[in-house]
Amino acid sequence: MCLAIPLKVLKIVDETTLTVKSGNMDLNVSCMLIGKVLVGEYVLVHAGFAIQKMSEAEAEETLSLVPGEQ
Amino acid sequence: MSDLKKQISSLVDEIQKIVPNNFVMMEVCGTHTMNIAKFGLRSLLPKNIRIVSGPGCPVCVTASSDIQAAIDICKKPNTIVATFGDMVRVPCAGDCLQNYNNVKIIYSPMEALDLAKNNKDKEIVLLAVGFETTAPLTAVVIKEAENRKLTNFSVLCMHKLVPQAIELIMLSQNIKLNGFLLPGHVCAITGSDYFDFIAKHKFSGVVAGFDAVNIMSSIKELVKCFIDSKYGVVNNYPNVVTNEGNLKAQSLVKDVYEPCDSSWRGIGIIKHSGLKIKKEYSKYDALIRFNVQIKEVKDPINCRCGDILKGEALPTDCAYYGKECTPSNPIGPCMVSTEGTCAAFYKYMEE
Amino acid sequence: MKNVTLSIGSGGKDMHAFINDYIVKKLGNNILNRMDDAGVLDLKGGRLAFTTDSYVVSPIFFEGGDIGLLCVCGTVNDVATSGARVVALSLAFILEDGVSLEDICKVIDSIAKTCKEANVKIVTGDTKVVEKGKGDKIYINTAGIGLIEDGVHISSHNAQLNDQVVVTGSVGDHEVAMMRARGLINLDVKVKSDAAPLNLLVEELLKKTKDIHVIKDPTRGGLASALFEIASNSNCEIRLVEETIPISKDTKAVCDLLGLDPLYLANEGKYVILCPKDSTKAVLTVFGKNAKVIGSVVSIGKVKLNIETFSGGIRRLGMLDSVQLPRIC
Repeated sequence: MCLAIPLKVLKIVDETTLTVKSGNMDLNVSCMLIGKVLVGEYVLVHAGFAIQKMSEAEAEETLSLVPGEQ
Repeated sequence: MSDLKKQISSLVDEIQKIVPNNFVMMEVCGTHTMNIAKFGLRSLLPKNIRIVSGPGCPVCVTASSDIQAAIDICKKPNTIVATFGDMVRVPCAGDCLQNYNNVKIIYSPMEALDLAKNNKDKEIVLLAVGFETTAPLTAVVIKEAENRKLTNFSVLCMHKLVPQAIELIMLSQNIKLNGFLLPGHVCAITGSDYFDFIAKHKFSGVVAGFDAVNIMSSIKELVKCFIDSKYGVVNNYPNVVTNEGNLKAQSLVKDVYEPCDSSWRGIGIIKHSGLKIKKEYSKYDALIRFNVQIKEVKDPINCRCGDILKGEALPTDCAYYGKECTPSNPIGPCMVSTEGTCAAFYKYMEE
Repeated sequence: MKNVTLSIGSGGKDMHAFINDYIVKKLGNNILNRMDDAGVLDLKGGRLAFTTDSYVVSPIFFEGGDIGLLCVCGTVNDVATSGARVVALSLAFILEDGVSLEDICKVIDSIAKTCKEANVKIVTGDTKVVEKGKGDKIYINTAGIGLIEDGVHISSHNAQLNDQVVVTGSVGDHEVAMMRARGLINLDVKVKSDAAPLNLLVEELLKKTKDIHVIKDPTRGGLASALFEIASNSNCEIRLVEETIPISKDTKAVCDLLGLDPLYLANEGKYVILCPKDSTKAVLTVFGKNAKVIGSVVSIGKVKLNIETFSGGIRRLGMLDSVQLPRIC
């Protein structure tokens, strides 16, 4: 029920929107459900919304277990 | 052998050493259903572990009467109904949303607001399905609609809550369960404390992530909890899940919704298991805006989706499975939704 | 005339003008130019491969191609799956009254370019026009013929024990590009359709070795459905290895976001080839560095398609039952 993936924050567009990187794509997602986040950090994205913040270390740990992400 | 395979293999060995006979566990998240099947994990686990799929697929458990309400809205003039992909083929008395050309498939509920902006002569209705992970998103959209003073937008709110369904299952006499795999992204929003109540029913639950290693290690944790009679919740997804969860999202949910009784397909009404839009936001409530009457719709007899959702039967126990009921010709929602138990069984049938 | 009119399909002056200015001018060759009712080819005897396909894709222009490119590739690639050298195509249009002639021109240019690339001639054709609302801009049918040399026996019924399964490049790209073009994906996706003619590569392969058993193009239903069909027709068990299947980074990103399974997404410029181990090197050489061995035929006598997942588990694959849609839950 909860398809969500960790994606890296590329840019803070404004207080409601972030740009994240997915593959070679830039994607705009809403950050209205999370607090302040920094470029280079990761967010968990569900249906176009960031629902949780993750540090780079935490995201890398999760992503390292997902094939093809290395 | 890749590192991943080695890790999985090692976890399987550890599980094999400790798992008791006839260990039955339930996962309650459609994405867990999909991923367990997609990764072929059952083929690796010892035969004495059985993983049963619970009512964690929001499309599966949406009542036929709610789908009918959505279809009734489609039939109204000048409407555009915005919905997630898997809703469009759910069958309802021989009809489905896909039959209507004013249905628009969206990835994010925010797209519904763009539709309202770009189609001022139409009424945009967002079909809000999903559990605690998705409800905050709809809440944001409703508040944004208010900020933007939209007059052509509303939401058909069909959000449901997981704990009440789990409670029903724990109290059921028909199934003997040794523990739950708990939904990691629901917990990202609600916090792992949200499921603490399972301890008083003497159940163990492990909050699990969605990659193969995490799912396997969560299964191992669950077996250990059962053996040690350690009741309550263990958080095996700490990178994403905290005890208290996403407070901002929770606050938005409290602001926009109140709990209500909800009808679950194949199960019936479960008290306080749904979310309803509060009076303050009633102008965005499609039920009120369109004066929709929720009519009772009879589910096909002999369709065992309800029993399957409760973990009381396997897809193969249903007389329709694989014969009259296939993904291209589904009878019940378990076969329609790509994460429904029957569809996953059919498409990703493991050895 | 800016737009297609019903008179273009009527058999009169307007039709002849259309054929001269658009068809003959852009696609002409010694056979087509005769404008006889039937194109006549002088071929040596032997086995003739013959196929037909209709193209109704919408929208007609998309990232990486258009309906013109598709209607040549799809048919020449189908003919070539028999190991035939593709000789000629027929081309039939059903145009909708009112569609822009500039668009039709672009499509025909695309057909001309692709025919040149595939070294194939259009030798006969037809044009009809239907009333507005009774078509969808343009529908195309192409039929293709080719000649099969002696010693070449390629069919989805011919898979044998220990055959290697090769895919000639990354999977899923075409359907992702089409989903974007149809507005099903609202993302800034950089995925292009992979549509391309493959017949000349088949000719090159058969010059190196005739010992090839199956060639199939994994179009609608994707790689998994195509392999399931082969397993069914050859009554065999095919085992794939997930970590060997090539998927482009962008297609994978879209699939992860939207919950799509790349094994079931359509391709228009790829083959899946089954051949004995000794022929594998030739296949990989001809089809280039993107071609990969992804599995093998592990037994004969029962129909099965399995994949060993990244985790080491085994998952069974079947035919695609219904078109995939983006999911979030």
